[in-house]
Parts: sequence; structure tokens; C-alpha cells
Amino acid sequence: MFSLEGITTSVQDWLFMKFNPTMALAMECIIVILLSISLFALLGLVLVLMERKVAAHIQIRLGPNRVGPGGMFQTVADTLKLIMKEGLVPDMADKFLFNLAPFVVMMVGMLLLAPIAFAKNFQIWDINIGVLYISAVSSLSVIGILMAGWASNNKYSLLGAMRSGAQIVSYELSAGFAVLTIVVLTGSLQLSEIVKAQENGWWIFKGHIPALIAFVLYIIAVTAETNRAPFDLAEAESELTAGFHTEYSGMRFALFFLAEYINIFIVCAIGATLFFGGWMPLHIGHWEAFNHIMDYIPSSVWFMGKTFFLIFLIMWFRWTFPRLRVDQLLNLEWKYLLPISLFNLLLVAVIAILGWHF
Amino acid sequence: MFLKEYISDVVNGVSSLLKGMRKTGYYFTHPKEIITEQYPDNRATLLLSERFKGEVVMPHDANNEHTCTGCTACELACPNGTIKVVTKFEVSPEGKKKKAIDTLVYRLELCTMCNLCIVACPSDAIKMVPNFEHSVFDRTKLTKVLNQPGSKIREGIE
Repeated sequence: MFSLEGITTSVQDWLFMKFNPTMALAMECIIVILLSISLFALLGLVLVLMERKVAAHIQIRLGPNRVGPGGMFQTVADTLKLIMKEGLVPDMADKFLFNLAPFVVMMVGMLLLAPIAFAKNFQIWDINIGVLYISAVSSLSVIGILMAGWASNNKYSLLGAMRSGAQIVSYELSAGFAVLTIVVLTGSLQLSEIVKAQENGWWIFKGHIPALIAFVLYIIAVTAETNRAPFDLAEAESELTAGFHTEYSGMRFALFFLAEYINIFIVCAIGATLFFGGWMPLHIGHWEAFNHIMDYIPSSVWFMGKTFFLIFLIMWFRWTFPRLRVDQLLNLEWKYLLPISLFNLLLVAVIAILGWHF
Repeated sequence: MFLKEYISDVVNGVSSLLKGMRKTGYYFTHPKEIITEQYPDNRATLLLSERFKGEVVMPHDANNEHTCTGCTACELACPNGTIKVVTKFEVSPEGKKKKAIDTLVYRLELCTMCNLCIVACPSDAIKMVPNFEHSVFDRTKLTKVLNQPGSKIREGIE
């Protein structure tokens, strides 16, 4: 059976055989950096195209279909255009912060890639506080957004950045509580442990209704955290032109755009890991034959399938729901999501203590 | 009761959101609903709405006859001087003079497709047709004479 684990171990063995340990480690770091950068570039191209196609079909349109077969190379052409474009810096802008902001946002995305298990035993860094690391690092992206808004010397940018700050700080809470429910059920913060705990069934099935509620809360909260519609107040096109990235053009704009899609991918990957068992195949109780057939599908395919399903769900939200007002946004978080997630966490704790889950 | 209201609020909200998602999900999974016309490719089979207003024309029948009496109602109705009616007097066999049109000049480049001339016409001599391929290199080509050469008014139209 095809396995990424075999490739990584053989590469590591070869490197340690050829070079001294320090060199080998450095080489591994370079390989990981190259792989993650190319994953980012690829994801940017694929997700932007997917978004445009999904949007078009939901709005009874066709979407891009001119460049390449079925419009496949549309995003490649767009990227080429963005590379060619001049990156303007507005007059009186804080040049240093202005240039730094897109890289901060991208860097947060790269850091979040570390603890994600892409396939069986295929993980950059299996840190034992993986979930804590993710929730800590993901809130850093607001710094990049505020930096961009402040440095642009533009009232729309600043307003968008401020909104984004309020939004991310509030929705971090319910996302954290939704993640905590799974931590309570598993009893571990390590992502590989969480995946292992779902060997005989994913948490969304094993955890009864509370897990389902936690999943819904998680999806709502991360939609808000990634600044996507219906929570895209930070870049509300109709009111703030483009919010914090109004003044950005060329490749700096492309980095912001890419970061948005990378963040979507990462939150969906984490959602898939926590609620849908990560790379774990679908196993149903004692159906031995069925479980065996499911085992034959490579674990990376399972992981990517689940992640892309969640990404599709978030895109579906974006193209169905209207945008919220700021007061509605904060009402939703503080009056509905937070009390419900607190109550839900209590329920899950009772279930975990009494051992009611399967 | 507060708690009951709160729960019903949440249930109503979620169910209305799900209703919306069902509709968009239906559109996503049914490509036959797509209404995009791939214009230059499907020029032969292009579907345009009956009500699409693209150009004013004067329909003529098989005997090269129209129903325009030259009353200039369209010219008066037009808000930006698109239509110019040039009238002449025809002498009937009995020796009676009758007003008729010489030319009905229509300047497409000024027309806003407001449909007021069509509404104003008492004898339905002009109508809107869904033509939209109007681009030309020379703007004088946009000034059109609507009545065909040698055409005359149909019998019995006053």
C-alpha cells in the first residue's frame, strides 16, 4: 500500500547515513521549508479556483472557463499578472510596517502548518501541546492585520483592521471551547493522540450530540476568525472597499489573498483532525470487511478529502449567507455562541467522566 | 419565559440558515439550472428575453407596407431627440392630399432604449427588437432610416 511514512523514513535514513547528524537535520529543515512553501503555492492556486467555481455554480453561473481546460489555469494566469504588477506604497504610509504586514500574516500560516498530521506518521512536529500551540499561534494573525490597517494611512484600512481585531478576539473564545470539548473527550492535547483516539469511530459520531454542537460552533467561529463571509466585516467590499488590504497591490496583495486561503485550509485541517479523525479511515463497529476496504484508501487521501469537504462547507456558507452588522456579529458571539459552548463543554465533561461515549 | 424564547430563537435561526443552504446546495448540484449564455460561441442558439430592448425597427409586411402615419408622436415622446420624422404629402387618386412619411430617421447612438416611442405610437408602426450587436467603426452607420425604400402606408390605416 502507498504510504508517505516509508518515503520520509527512507529519506531520513539516507541523510543520516551520508552526512553528520547536524547537517542531516539542517537538510531536513530545508526540505520541510521547500515542501511547505510549495504546498502553500499549490493550495493558493487550487483553493482560489475552487472558490470561484463553487461560487459560480451556487449562483447558477459557469465560472472561469477560458484559460486552459475548464478554466484550470485561470489562477496561474492571475498569479502571473500579480507578480508583474507594481507594488505601490501609499504616500505617508509607515513603510516598514506596511511591507512587514503581509509576511507576518503568511508566517502565522506557516507556523500553524507544523503540528498538522497530513497522513499516517507524516507530521512536521508532533508537539505534545499541539492544540494549545494552534490556538495560541492562530491568534497572532490579528497582529499582521492590525499592522496592515495602521500602516496604510487610510481610514478604511484602519476601520477594517479594528473590526477584524474585535472579531478575532471574540470568536477565539468559542473556537477554543469547541476545541476543548474534543480535548476533554480525548484527554490529550497532542494531535497524533487525538487522531489515535478516533480509531474505532470519529468524535463527531462517538461524542453524541454535544460533539455535533461543538463542530457547528467550531465551524461558525473559524469562519469568523478567517474573516470570511458572512463575517467578512473586516474587508466588507461594499462599505470599506477592501478593509485592511485596500492599499496593497501586486505581490503584497497576493500574499494577503494567499494567507486567507491558507488559513481556511489550516482551520479546516484542524477541524477534520479533531472531529473527523484526521487521516483515520471510516470504521464502523464490527464490519470487518468494510473496515478492511476502507483501510486500502491511503491515509493522505482521507485527510485531504475531509479537509476539502470542510473547505467546501465554508465556501457554501460564504455564497449563501448575507453579511452581518458589527452589533449582530458581537451579539452572536457573546449572547449565543459563548453561553452555548460553555454549556456544551459542561455536558461533554459529564459524558467523559461517566464514560457515556463509545 | 426567557429560556424558551432563547432556544426558539436559536432553532429558528439555524433552520432558516439551513433553508438557504438547501436552496444553494440544490443549485450547486444541478448544473442544468445554469443560466450563463456563452455568447460568442453560441451565437446561433442565443436565447434572449422577449422583453430585451436593443433597437427600434419598423416592421414591414410582404407588400413592403408599414403602418406609420407620420403623426410624429414618437418624435415628441423621445426625451433626447433620437427620432426625426420627415413628412411629405401624398396626393391620392381622388385628388385628396394625405400626410405620409418620407423618412423616419432613427439615431441609435442617442437612443437609451427607454421604450417611450413604442408606447406613444398610436398605430404600432415601430417596435423594439432584441438586437445588440451594434458596434461599428463609423458612427454615421448608426443613423438609420427605418422605413424601407419604396414602402408605403398600408390601406385603411389613418
